[in-house]
Amino acid sequence: MPGKSFIHKMDARAKILLLIVYIVFIFLCYNFISLAVMTAFTVLVIALTKISFIKYLKSLKVILVIIILTGILNLFYGSGEVLWEWWMIKLTTGGISNYFFVIIRISILMMVSSALTYTTSPTDLTDAIERLLKPLSFFHVQVHEIAMMMTIALRFIPVLLEETDKIMNAQKARGADMESGNIFQRVKALIPVLIPLFVSSFRRANDLAMAMECRCYNGGKNRTRMKILHYSVTDLIALVFSAVMFVGVILCNLYFPNFV
Amino acid sequence: MEEFIEVKDVYFQYEGTEGEDSSAFALNGVNMTINKGEFVAIVGHNGSGKSTLAKHFNSIYLPTTGDIFVDGINTKDDDRLFEIRKKVGLVLQNPDNQIVAGIVEEDVAFGCENIGIPSKEIRIRVDNALKAVDMYDYRTHSPDKLSGGQKQRIAIAGIIAMEPECIVLDEPTAMLDPQGRDEVIHTITELNRNMGITIILITHYMEEAVLADRVIVMDSGNVLTSGTPKEVFAQVELLKQRRLDVPQATELIYKLAGCGFELPKCVLNEEECVQALIKYCSLQKKNG
Repeated sequence: MPGKSFIHKMDARAKILLLIVYIVFIFLCYNFISLAVMTAFTVLVIALTKISFIKYLKSLKVILVIIILTGILNLFYGSGEVLWEWWMIKLTTGGISNYFFVIIRISILMMVSSALTYTTSPTDLTDAIERLLKPLSFFHVQVHEIAMMMTIALRFIPVLLEETDKIMNAQKARGADMESGNIFQRVKALIPVLIPLFVSSFRRANDLAMAMECRCYNGGKNRTRMKILHYSVTDLIALVFSAVMFVGVILCNLYFPNFV
Repeated sequence: MEEFIEVKDVYFQYEGTEGEDSSAFALNGVNMTINKGEFVAIVGHNGSGKSTLAKHFNSIYLPTTGDIFVDGINTKDDDRLFEIRKKVGLVLQNPDNQIVAGIVEEDVAFGCENIGIPSKEIRIRVDNALKAVDMYDYRTHSPDKLSGGQKQRIAIAGIIAMEPECIVLDEPTAMLDPQGRDEVIHTITELNRNMGITIILITHYMEEAVLADRVIVMDSGNVLTSGTPKEVFAQVELLKQRRLDVPQATELIYKLAGCGFELPKCVLNEEECVQALIKYCSLQKKNG
């Protein structure tokens, strides 16, 4: 989503790097106070993107099943006072606090990741990944090729989705039944969709390769870029700010070791 | 006029097809020249070799025998491949399959980035190219939300940004609706007129061919006839024989003339057709 907020203005590389550090720290939170610090930080980031909170809640919907499952698993792995017991299953105070801890942890993780994807264009993102992985080319990793593949994949996802839809409708018009039967029958019913999809993707790939050749693509040698990524004061502010947060997390971990 | 592309006795056989007879060749000894700044339309029905020929102009395909010279450079010259592709841009039929990046302006910049233009210069070129095809307002959009005609104009902008001397368009309107077709054809004629870019338009719509300075008709891998639209479409018999269409207005006047009405030999569009009929009617009135 385009925008002009503080987070939008940050360099994509800085955003990716900070996200990685953020993920590490989210798993370094040992107690509720450090988690509260992280949550506050997350809320601040979300507020700074100026994108409605509902969007972020929608991003959570995608991983709702994972949140619930991990939550329930953690519910029964805890020590402390036993509140309820049935056969092998024990519900403890520790379990309940684990439950909330994990749910909050996953939720804020997802929201901050969404903040990255919402505020950065796919091209900026792939571009940033290409720059960040550059050192790997020393080990003969084809960094440019990887980035190019990502760009093309992102570009063609909507195209192929639309095509799948068309093929499905075409097969339905010929009397294909895709909505009934057990799982095996349904998977089998997908074959007449997948085969034409494959064939047409190869045709598209062929066309695209030709179009790229027409525009003098030669595998990234002597390539220049229209948009040059550069770090700015914005990134420095973000870095300082994040550093303060992360130190806060460490301090909270140290000073309240038992506050779980 | 200065010659820009010279096609000399070109034969082309696709890999996998065998045999020595003429049907095995997609191109059968094609000879033609394209001048600088010209707007040429190449017409012909499916399998006439027009698309195959289009891909020869910027050395995507190389002639099996014969030579093609682009501004004096042989397309077989591997060392000067990029020089040729910088001079001659090719726009393909399917607009979806030739857009590389997920944002309009990034895609237009793709070609420039490949040939190593400095960043600032790319920005200027991209903006100008987008303005030339009238898509500047959409520069930060994602291509998949645009119509076919708009996508095709972006593909054209991507080529213009490389500042070619010639643009070859291989049936650019085949997959578009009438409105998209008008947009693209309008863009092409503007480019030819305002920027002096040589245009080679491959099409099977005769209504589009009429707009060109010169029409080349291809049939079974060879040039059947060529000339100004007037000269070519006056040969209704010949075209019909090869099961090629002529514009509807041309056909109407041709048939009326065949019934003994005294009408001009060839009209190209509705406007001329109406004028010719009005002139005929008023003449009849005068004669009582």
